[in-house]
Amino acid sequence: MSRPPKTNVNRRTRNDHHESFLRHKNFLWLKRAAGLSLIAILGYALIDVRPHPNGGSAYGYTLGILCTGLIIWLMLLGLRKRAMTPGAWSLKAWVSAHVYLGLSLIVLATLHTGFQFGWNVHTLAYVLMMIVIITGIYGVIVYVRLPTALGANRGEVTQKLMVEELVGLDRQLSILARPLTSDLAAIVLVSVDPKNIAGGVWRRMTNQHPNCKTRAALDQLARAVPSATDAPILAEIQTLLDRKASVLKMVRTHIQIRSLLVAWLYIHVPATFGLLAALTAHVVSVFFYW
Amino acid sequence: MATPNQLVLRSDVHFQAGKREDILDLWTQNAADAGVNVRYNAEVNQVSGQIGNFSLTLTSGEIVLGETIILALGTQGNPNLMRCDGSTLPHIQYSLDDPAAYVDEHIFVFGGGDAGIENAMGLAADPAQGNIVTLVNRSSELARAKDANIKSILSAQQAGRIAILHETTPSLIEPGFITLNTPQGSQRLACDRVIARLGSPPPRQFVESMGVEFTSESREAFPKLSPTFETTTPGIHVIGALAGYPLIKHCMNQGYDVVEFIAGNTALKPADEPILEAKLKNLPGNRTVAEWLEFLRTEIEILSGLSALNMREFLLDSEVHSFDADEVVFARNSIGSSLFGIADGGVLVQIDPNNAQVTVPISAGSIFGEVGLISGRRRGATIRASVPSIVMEIPRTAALKLMATSPEARAAINRITTERHLLQIFKSGMTPEDLADILATSEVIEVRAGQAIITEGELSNDVFIVRSGSLVVERTIAGNPIFLSYLPAGSYVGEMALIDNAPRNATVKAAVKSQIVKLNGSTFEDLLKRKPKLAATLEASASTRRKINGFIEQEKSKFGSVVDMYSSVAGFLIEQGLGEATDVLLIDEKLCIGCDNCEKACADIHDGLSRLDREAGKTYAQLHVPTSCRHCEHPYCMTDCPANAIHRGPDGEVFIDETCIGCGNCQRNCPYDVIRMDTPPAAKPSLLNWMLFGAGPGPGEPDQKWKLAHKQKGAASAGKVAIKCDMCKGKDGGPACVRACPTGAAIRISPENFLSVTQLGQRR
Repeated sequence: MSRPPKTNVNRRTRNDHHESFLRHKNFLWLKRAAGLSLIAILGYALIDVRPHPNGGSAYGYTLGILCTGLIIWLMLLGLRKRAMTPGAWSLKAWVSAHVYLGLSLIVLATLHTGFQFGWNVHTLAYVLMMIVIITGIYGVIVYVRLPTALGANRGEVTQKLMVEELVGLDRQLSILARPLTSDLAAIVLVSVDPKNIAGGVWRRMTNQHPNCKTRAALDQLARAVPSATDAPILAEIQTLLDRKASVLKMVRTHIQIRSLLVAWLYIHVPATFGLLAALTAHVVSVFFYW
Repeated sequence: MATPNQLVLRSDVHFQAGKREDILDLWTQNAADAGVNVRYNAEVNQVSGQIGNFSLTLTSGEIVLGETIILALGTQGNPNLMRCDGSTLPHIQYSLDDPAAYVDEHIFVFGGGDAGIENAMGLAADPAQGNIVTLVNRSSELARAKDANIKSILSAQQAGRIAILHETTPSLIEPGFITLNTPQGSQRLACDRVIARLGSPPPRQFVESMGVEFTSESREAFPKLSPTFETTTPGIHVIGALAGYPLIKHCMNQGYDVVEFIAGNTALKPADEPILEAKLKNLPGNRTVAEWLEFLRTEIEILSGLSALNMREFLLDSEVHSFDADEVVFARNSIGSSLFGIADGGVLVQIDPNNAQVTVPISAGSIFGEVGLISGRRRGATIRASVPSIVMEIPRTAALKLMATSPEARAAINRITTERHLLQIFKSGMTPEDLADILATSEVIEVRAGQAIITEGELSNDVFIVRSGSLVVERTIAGNPIFLSYLPAGSYVGEMALIDNAPRNATVKAAVKSQIVKLNGSTFEDLLKRKPKLAATLEASASTRRKINGFIEQEKSKFGSVVDMYSSVAGFLIEQGLGEATDVLLIDEKLCIGCDNCEKACADIHDGLSRLDREAGKTYAQLHVPTSCRHCEHPYCMTDCPANAIHRGPDGEVFIDETCIGCGNCQRNCPYDVIRMDTPPAAKPSLLNWMLFGAGPGPGEPDQKWKLAHKQKGAASAGKVAIKCDMCKGKDGGPACVRACPTGAAIRISPENFLSVTQLGQRR
């Protein structure tokens, strides 16, 4: 018997719900994380640990194992987002769980300490963890607040187009500057500098560019007194420079927002690895001095 | 052009898809080895005589005698030559194989047709090549070329990448320079290379001069051929593109077959015989391939006009299935755009989705599945065999070709379509006889995007059925058109005025170019009077629409701006092609952090090449439509695929299979620019290798530098193939772009769910 290929009447599982990572499945992970924290608090209040609550009690160990497990799982997000394996997982669900379970560590790990802090590797691990969490909270804030500005700034222009336009403007400027007197040409050519776009880390993040060479060229040209032959060329150059200044403004804002969206990761991730080291030391030493 | 992989090559001459020069070298060598006499520079002017004694008169006046003739001229003919002084210089060429081979040259491309435009675009595509390309066009406009080509060259002209000279002809070509007659006068310009794409006279006239008849007057017609490729003039055979087979391997096999036939090997079966045998071997009836072809052709009404050769070709594209009584052929809501013809037995159409007992029979000889064929929508009803049956499944492209070449088949399919469409929509125990009047007064109208078929406030009572394309319903509230709903192919509209006997309460316009069946209002009213059940069905659907109208009025007073917003967003999406989309990727810019994880995931799950460009594309009200496939109802990409490599899968995805020959037609035909031509890069080191030791380029599509440095072994000759979104076909979990979005900004939607006013305020 030959048959037409089987057709799948029911469509595949699809994720066409339009919910952000924070609202994912109607705050499922917020609810779970809050529940977990609540149970931990209740446990802390109800279990009477003598002489005073500490990480070495049975309850303390339970919390400690839970926290270590959570930290390792939270670190795996870095792998998950890069490993595009098949399967019905969604990165949004992972991020949602990462955010809320990560926040629950504030409660779980603090209870695990039994509020015993000191100048030692144990507290170091706790402090590093809090740094990771605080930068993470900042990350959530920028993820919620900045995307709108990112889209609004670029409109329908892509990053590639912005760079191409700058390159094109630079080429036109260098061609136009050729017939000018050498001092005027020098002023114009100052602005033609492919490296003068974003600057270093600080300039990128603050979007302050006091040494902008295009701005400088515009200012100097405004003061220049051109000859009759140069004047019409200068007017054209002026238009191009104005255009370049506005493109630069867009590029720099684009770079600023994109930098802000990733900058926190440069603390969040290294601090996580620091935490992993301190945590290993903490676990090993605790067992060593059992 | 290469060929479908499944076909074996019979010829002793070899063929391997690749560069034109390599193939020609190989053939020259093979011909020499086989001792074939090749006469170069021998243009035949006239053929006279008959089988056994033909004489061919060459341009040189020489006469060559032959017993039989095989014409493998192709359809292109010899290119028209440049006619000006210096037109024999060596830097004038009539074809362009590898645009990337020329750098830093002043190149003039002559000819405003598709070939000229595509060559010019190819030469100017990479600014790094530094070519200065000028397209020279004899007339004042580029009228002969495809729309997509004209648009792309005009935008390249605006971007300053290409110059176009209209109303210009060459007057003198010298080494390094060209002199042109332009409307402004004569100009002498630097010129290193001339590429002339001035078209070619079709060889039909020459072929007809030998007494060969064609199937019709149409420009697309082929010569009438016997099963041995013999024309109406005995002793003259036609193979290859001129016979209707543009693929090289086909043509080589036909050449082999014809020579064998002429040599007296009449028992030889065509090269595709094993393929057809394999297709037919599981069917009951014990027929040979030839008997099957004849059986199908005579039993299925729409195939009766085909010749034995056409039928063979047709069956290669199609499938023949046998079904037991009560076996399901296809289920309601399944995806499919193929047409079925019943050769033996009969089927039952289950018109009530909830009751398998309510059926309409279709008997042998007739067709079904035509609604999916025309509208590209999901199947409207479940169909099962009523008795053991033999059914031929004809894929959409083959069915469209049939409709284009056979007027009888087209008329039959159109008539049946409208009748079934009506039966399916009105389901209330109607018979084809009931519909005779209304069918007689119905007409199929073509409307362009934006054209209104119903205008709010007018007094008319015709009813319309969307046959293909889609419509939008709008209503003017406080002076602004408010988007009410989206009507995909298969829906009907206009019955409200008939029921309420009131002026039209909304405007209905085409969202994209659509085909609409117009039913005469008065005839329809008579039908309603005769069929109270139909009237009840219509009344029920009308009341849903009244509810929506009420909802609009009520919401409008509450938060008018939200309705305005919704309406304008819907308008924007329709403009972006959602009117003909079935599944489209949208990005909510309120959530998109620009991490490009969607693109990276796309590349990683599809052998290293991303099929979407997140940043590119239009944005409106923070809703971004990236450059990514919309999986159109009637995919433009499918229209002209010589290898028939583009299909629609079970989830509605339009995908390109591995038989792609890299011709680029689909890329040029796609109005949304979502198909790229590229070679998949080599496999990357594993993710852990990258994370721990920095090996390889990391997640996502490798950059150009890495791709070049790590060319796939053996891929040196492998050409580019067309790459597009396949909605992660066959991959568990669904589209990777959506799964890989960390914030939930990327969503995939189907327009009929998204573009409904009931979604109002439910975004986010």
